[in-house]
Amino acid sequence: MDPILLARIQFGANISFHILFPTITIALGWVLLLFKVMFNRTGEDKWMNAYRFWVKVFALSFALGVVSGITMSFQFGTNWPGFMERVGNIAGPLLAYEVLTAFFLEATFLGIMLFGFRKVPNWVHTLATFLVAFGTTMSAFWILVLNSWMHTPAGHEMRDGVAFAIDWVAIIFNPSLPYRLAHMLLASGLTCGFLIAGLSAWRWLKHDRGPDVMIALRTGITIGALLIPVQIIVGDMHGLNTLKHQPAKVAAMEANWETRGNVPLVLFAIPNERERRNALEIAIPNGASLILKHDPAGIVPGLNEFVRADGTRLHPPVAPVFYAFRIMVGIGMLMLLLSWASGWRLWRRGDITAPLAWLLVGMTFSGWVATLAGWYVTEIGRQPWLVTGVLTTAEAASKVPAGMIASTLAMYLAIYVALIAAYISVLFHLAGKGLKGVAGPAGLGVSKGGAPVHPRGATARNG
Amino acid sequence: MPALLDGQTLPLIFAALMGIAILAYVILDGYDLGVGMLMALADRQERDRMVATIGPFWDANETWLVLGIGLLLVAFPTAHGMVLQALYLPVALMLLGLTLRGVAFEFRVKAQEQYQRWWDWAFVGGSALSALTQGYMLGLYIMGFQEGWLTHAFAIGAAAGLAAAYGFMGATWLVGKTDGDLQARAVRWTRLTLVATAIGMVAVSLATPLVSPRIFERWFSFPNMIGLMPIPLMTAALFVALWVFLRRMPRLDHSLDFVPFMGAMSLFVLGFLGLAYSFYPYIVPEKLTIWQAASSPESLVIILMGALVVLPFIACYTAFSYYVFRGKATELRYD
Ligand code: HDD
Ligand code: HEM
Ligand code: HEM
Repeated sequence: MDPILLARIQFGANISFHILFPTITIALGWVLLLFKVMFNRTGEDKWMNAYRFWVKVFALSFALGVVSGITMSFQFGTNWPGFMERVGNIAGPLLAYEVLTAFFLEATFLGIMLFGFRKVPNWVHTLATFLVAFGTTMSAFWILVLNSWMHTPAGHEMRDGVAFAIDWVAIIFNPSLPYRLAHMLLASGLTCGFLIAGLSAWRWLKHDRGPDVMIALRTGITIGALLIPVQIIVGDMHGLNTLKHQPAKVAAMEANWETRGNVPLVLFAIPNERERRNALEIAIPNGASLILKHDPAGIVPGLNEFVRADGTRLHPPVAPVFYAFRIMVGIGMLMLLLSWASGWRLWRRGDITAPLAWLLVGMTFSGWVATLAGWYVTEIGRQPWLVTGVLTTAEAASKVPAGMIASTLAMYLAIYVALIAAYISVLFHLAGKGLKGVAGPAGLGVSKGGAPVHPRGATARNG
Repeated sequence: MPALLDGQTLPLIFAALMGIAILAYVILDGYDLGVGMLMALADRQERDRMVATIGPFWDANETWLVLGIGLLLVAFPTAHGMVLQALYLPVALMLLGLTLRGVAFEFRVKAQEQYQRWWDWAFVGGSALSALTQGYMLGLYIMGFQEGWLTHAFAIGAAAGLAAAYGFMGATWLVGKTDGDLQARAVRWTRLTLVATAIGMVAVSLATPLVSPRIFERWFSFPNMIGLMPIPLMTAALFVALWVFLRRMPRLDHSLDFVPFMGAMSLFVLGFLGLAYSFYPYIVPEKLTIWQAASSPESLVIILMGALVVLPFIACYTAFSYYVFRGKATELRYD
């Protein structure tokens, strides 16, 4: 098989695995800070118990994020040597600042956050929780600066094919950064909100309905219900910004072949790149023109604009971008419906119902799917470029023999599948364990008001 | 740009920074990988205590690897590409080891009872795999990535040597962080691994000048030799002193429990200085010097400024974390 394709699959597999865990930890750090601050202010045990349960999930997710991140830091050298040679002057400082200002901070204070509760004054523990949350967010900031720069490069000049920095402010605050950063941080909040709601709903279904479970459930649903409308608006703005800078990507998202006015919004279709048309199209007339140009007759660039006279394509592969975009938006809509329905119910009746609980359990990891789909839109949508207009993916690829890439790829895939399975099953195992050891018949399971629900046995050792 | 930060000195500064990051990594992750390997010899309860000695630190320890590789990447991009492509397979295996080890920290206590054992073995196996592959890469590097069976034979020897040295670091760390029976066992492990480490260090020191005439020249030409003698002499003296000291361990008075760890650390520093002297000014042995591989000075200055501001903070809060978790390790708990 083609080594470039293999190297791309390998990089994609590694970063896809990696991003699953930061997506959780970025927002979960702030949620833990919320629990901790609420405990400090009210002194109610339920907040501390919620903290204790979710800090375990945090520790597990963080460990997976760290080990897969370490893999990532080798990927540039092993898979994309051309990347650093050509744009290293830009990428290097950004990556270095991520390590210096974010990784050390979070890695060091993590120890105090997890195991220091009895060893430091309470305020230091709260501060450590804050610093870890701050560190994860900083690391998201720096890596997204780099990633956004790759999409919308600015502030550099090319000399002999190598990029040199001339304006760091322009590099850092490049045109797509504000949108991408906001959209990704919201994606993290939603992923974490639905994870909390889903696992808490699972405990609720198992009749583990102590105050700490209910407060977590409420927190998760509230986060989801508040963030999803914002995410939809930010996503729309992100798309408009992309239309300005990477029109070919938007044309692929909409599967729009011709540049024209009155472009319909395609809800579903099977894009056929060979014949350059869509099969089985279901569309809303004028929809795309309205959304992208705020005018039914607005002219929207189509994919055929990005084909050279000799037939070379300068636009990304259409089908994956098109489908991934629909998966992301579809999940966004489901999130809206479910979080508002559950939020409404909680607000009016103070509790959820079993069908809602089952739906929440079903959506526990929906944030993962939407986040991955979103990244696939973004990254595949940038092809054939690695850095838009500066460097193509093929130019950056390594000369490592295909066989070597293929065998390591197989190894990574095997271990990732095993780890994801272990992660999910352990989360549900931890959620199920909350109940065991509580005095009284298991079926009743309602912990007595305010009393710690966590039996000693569950917290001894770092379990 | 001041003359100090020109194309001549900047690569040197960065080579030094990278060296410090790699040395910090080898010492810090060395002790926690070592503890991981020694877990093979312990029972379940001892394992919990052993993990408790490294639990709060391992993540920050591994961050030094990310910094070292990051500096190689940003300061010497050409060397980074060459080195990592030559080490493609061992790097992948090392990452597998680090992954297994890192996640086993959490899974070994959080997973369903019946699987916890498996994760303990993943912990041991992952630690061993990481140590062995790092040693193997060191061996390939020393041999200048030449083809042929000799290179691989040497690299296998280096793998065993570095694994023993990590075990030694881990054992001395346990002597410092534990007491009672476990400490007594750790003292025994320290003695065993001390001998193995000494053999490994002697072997590498003898082999390196033999395989490279350039390195032979550096060490054994006349005025150099006298200036350099302190390195091997101090190393030998430290080994002997540690051996003697260990015969009186464990002691009732715990105030000197960290002496073996300090000794082991000094040995690593000396070994590192010896290697650094052998290879300077090459970053890829015999192929690329640090000046040939360096990236543009403008970008390096930006990174240097950041590093000079941030590294003191990193040092402070690292020290704070070791202060918080000072003394004998107690069980790890979240509340
Ligand atoms: C700092 C840079 C950076 C960052 C933060 C990301 N990517 Fe990326 N991505 C690349 C830099 C990159 C790249 C080096 O530019 C790749 C490699 C080959 C390519 O085509 O672009 C790429 C490709 C790539 C591909 C394959 C696309 C193709 O080859 O057609 C996928 C699926 C992803 N990425 C997914 C992700 C995900 C899930 C990310 C979330 C964290 C992510 N990327 C962040
Ligand atoms: C190509 C891209 C990437 C590389 C090279 C990379 C590298 C790394 C490394 C080395 C770590 C481990 C740090 C440690 O030891 O603590 C890490 C963790 C992290 N990364 Fe990435 N990363 C990439 C993409 C991303 C993206 C896109 C995001 C977020 C939007 C992200 C967010 C984080 C966060 C929050 C952590 C720390 C939290 C955790 O470990 O779970 N990374 N990354
Ligand atoms: C429902 C309405 C949504 C819209 C209109 C929308 C819009 C977009 C657009 C246009 C992009 C591509 C931007 C580019 O590459 O230039 C994108 C990317 C992305 N989306 Fe969404 N999105 C929505 C919902 C969601 C949801 C619910 C999530 C996750 C929980 C999510 C996560 C992401 C991620 C992680 C990316 C890639 C990173 C980025 O470029 O920001 N999106 N989104």
